[in-house]
Amino acid sequence: MKYYRSHVLVCVDPDCLRKGAHEALDAFQDELVAQGLIDEVQVLETSRIGACSQGPEMMVYPEGVHYAGYTVDDIPFIVEEHFLKGRVAKKFELAAEKAIDEELSAPTPKEVRVVLRNCGRIDPENIEDYIAEDGYMGLAKALTEMTPEQVIDEVLASGLRGRGGAGFPTAKKWQFCRASAGTEKYVICNADEGDPGAFMNRRVLEGDPHAVIEGMIIAAYAIGASQGYIYCRAEYPIAVQTLNIAIEQARAMGFLGQNILGTDFSFDLEVRMGAGAFVCGEETALMASIEGKRGEPRPRPPFPAVSGLWAKPSNVNNVETYANVPQIITNGAAWYAGFGTEKSKGTKTFALAGDVKHTGLIEVPFGLSLREVVFDVGGGIKDDKGFKAIQTGGPMGGCLPEAYLDLPVDYESLTAAGSMMGSGGLVVMDDETCMVDIARFFMEFTQEESCGKCTPCRVGTKRILEILDRICGGEGREGDIEMLETLCEQIKQDSLCGLGQGAPTPVVSTLKHFREEYEIHIREKRCPAKVCKALIRYEILPDVCTGCTVCARNCPTGAITGERRQAHVIDVDTCVRCGICMQVCNFNAIVIR
Amino acid sequence: MTIATIDGKVVLEAVNKAVEEHGATIDELIPILNDVNRTLGYLPANALDEISRRLRVPKSQLFSVSSFYRMFSTKPRGKHVVQFCESAPCHVVGGRQVWASLLDHLKIGPGETSPDGNWTLITTSCLGVCGVGPVIIIDDDIYGNVAPDQIAEILARYSETGE
Repeated sequence: MKYYRSHVLVCVDPDCLRKGAHEALDAFQDELVAQGLIDEVQVLETSRIGACSQGPEMMVYPEGVHYAGYTVDDIPFIVEEHFLKGRVAKKFELAAEKAIDEELSAPTPKEVRVVLRNCGRIDPENIEDYIAEDGYMGLAKALTEMTPEQVIDEVLASGLRGRGGAGFPTAKKWQFCRASAGTEKYVICNADEGDPGAFMNRRVLEGDPHAVIEGMIIAAYAIGASQGYIYCRAEYPIAVQTLNIAIEQARAMGFLGQNILGTDFSFDLEVRMGAGAFVCGEETALMASIEGKRGEPRPRPPFPAVSGLWAKPSNVNNVETYANVPQIITNGAAWYAGFGTEKSKGTKTFALAGDVKHTGLIEVPFGLSLREVVFDVGGGIKDDKGFKAIQTGGPMGGCLPEAYLDLPVDYESLTAAGSMMGSGGLVVMDDETCMVDIARFFMEFTQEESCGKCTPCRVGTKRILEILDRICGGEGREGDIEMLETLCEQIKQDSLCGLGQGAPTPVVSTLKHFREEYEIHIREKRCPAKVCKALIRYEILPDVCTGCTVCARNCPTGAITGERRQAHVIDVDTCVRCGICMQVCNFNAIVIR
Repeated sequence: MTIATIDGKVVLEAVNKAVEEHGATIDELIPILNDVNRTLGYLPANALDEISRRLRVPKSQLFSVSSFYRMFSTKPRGKHVVQFCESAPCHVVGGRQVWASLLDHLKIGPGETSPDGNWTLITTSCLGVCGVGPVIIIDDDIYGNVAPDQIAEILARYSETGE
C-alpha cells in the first residue's frame, strides 16, 4: 500500500459541489503534480465536514486544518504554503469555532475519541474509508486467531459495560447467551435512541455505521448467532438509509453472509425501523416490536439471553456498546481498560445540550468531573449566566445541583447521587430555569410515553403530573410534597420496566436538591425563576418606557394601554403572559415580577 | 370507533406494494404499516382490512398495533403536517414560545387538522438534532433554531406554493 504524508479531504456535499468542489479537486491535483508533491499528498472526496457555508471546504490531515472560503485561484498559494513550506495558510483557515458542524466539533483537550473517532472524518457510505482506518481488523482477528470464548474473555478484561445506561458488563451478557441452550440465537442492536436530547447513537450510525456492524458480527461469533437485527427508531431516517448501504457493502465484501472471511462462520444482518414509541428502547418491548406486536415490555426473567426474540436466546446491546468492540479486539483489552476509572472503563459519548456554550457531541473518559464536562469541554454557561443544574440520564434521570459538580462521571457515582448514567443525554440548565417546571416537563414526557400495561406507571405518572400541574398553576397545597414522595416511591418499586421504575427520578431528584423551590411555589405562590406563568406578572417600568406603543400593538389580548410617548400599563387580568411584549420592547422596559 | 375509508384502488396499490416489498408475514407488519401510512398519509380502514387479509392477522391485532405507535395515524391528515419537537433540549432553548406561536398561527390544537384540510399539527419525540433547537418539521423539511416570530414566514412558504 502506498503511503502519503498528507491527505486532503474535499467536501463534495451538494452545497460544496455548487460552489465548485470538483473544480477545486482538479486544481489541487494539477498543482500537486506541478509542485512534484503528487506522491506525497493524496486528494480525496469526502462528505460534509462543516457547515458548507463557505464551500468548497476541505480538511488536511494529519494536522486537521480546515480550509474554506478560497477560490480555484488560491489553490497554488495553499499548496505552496501548506505542503511546500509546511505552514498553515492562515488566510483560508477556518477557525475551529466556525469550522465545526453544529453537532461534533474537534475534540477538546480533555476528550478521548474512541467511538466517535471516525465520525465526520470518513465517508460513511464507502466501506473502504472504514477499512483504511483499520476497520474489520478486529473481525479478522476474532475469526482467525481467537475462539469465541477468547473473544468473550477479551471483552470481559476490557471492562466494557452496557452503554445503553444500565452498565451491565457486556461480556457477562454474551456469556449467558452463549451458554443458553439452542442453536438459533439472535444478536440485536438497540438503536432506538429515544431519550430527548440524546443523539450520540444517531451520529455513530450516520457517521461510522461499519463500527456497529463489525461489533455485531464479533458479538454474533462470540455467542453463536447467525442472524442479527438493528432496531432503529423511525425518527432517524438517514441512519436507517446509511445502515442499509453499509450492510449492502459489507455483504459484498464478504463480511456478512455465508462463510465470513473464508471461515465456516455465517451471519447476516437486517435493519428494522420502529414507528415512534419511546418504550421500544426497553429490550423486551423492542423485541415485541420486531415480532410485529405492540411494543409493550414483559417481566424479566426470563431474560433475553435465555428467551428473547421469538423465544430464542438473544443478546441486546446498545449502538455504542457494539461500536467499542472492534477496537477492543484490535487494540487489546489492556489498551481499552487504560481509560476510565476502576469500575467504569473506557470512554462515554454524551450529547451536551441546553444552556451551555458548546452544545453537541462529546466523548470523554469515565472519571472526568461534571465540572470539567460543563466548563472545560462545554465552555461554560451560555451568556455567562449562573449554573443551576445538570440533568443526566435522560427523562428517567435526575437533576444535580452545583454542589455535585465535582462528582466524577461514572456509573456508580451518578447513581449514588440520585441520578443515573443513562444513554448519555446531558442537559445543562442556567439559573433562569424553574426546577418544578422541569420536573413537570419530564413527567409529561414519561406520562405520555407510558405504554399503559402496568398500573403504577400508567396511573401513577398521571397523578404525579396532576399534582405538579397544580403546583405550577399556583394551586399547590400543603401535603403535596409528601404525596409526591409517596407516589414516587410506590411507582419506582412496583412498575414493570425501566420506564416506570425511572419515571419518578426527575421529581425525586428535584425534591431532594431543590425542595425550597417547591415550597415557595406552594406556600408563597411564587416562581423564583419567573417561569411558571400563573405565578408571574409582567410590568412596564414607567421610567424606562418611552411610550413607543410597540408592545400595545403586538399584545394579542389588548392588555396594554397608554398614550403615545406616555408610559404604558399592563392590565393583569387581561394579560395572558405570553411574553410577546417583552420580546418586542426595544428599551427593556418590561420586567417580570 | 370508525375509521375513514378512501378510494379502494389507491389503497390496494399501496398495500400491494408494501406487502410485495417486505413479504406477507407477521414480523413484517410494522414495516408494512410504515410504508402504507407514508404512501396514503394515514391508515384508512380498508387498508387495514386488506393487510389483515393478506397477512392473516386478526383486525383486532392490526388496530392494536396501529393505535400503539405514534407515527401511525388512523385519521386523515392535512396537506401539510407540522411536527413540533417537544423534547427537553428544545424546551429549554425557547421551544415553549415557538409552540405558542404555532398554535396561534394555525389556530388548531395538537393532533388536530385544520377545517380546510391544509394543516395537521402534531408533536414529535426528540429528533436528535438538539444542537439546533427549537426544531420543527413541515412535511419532510426540517427547520432548526426557530424563533417564534419566524413561524408566520415559514408557514407562508407552504401556503403560497399551494403544494
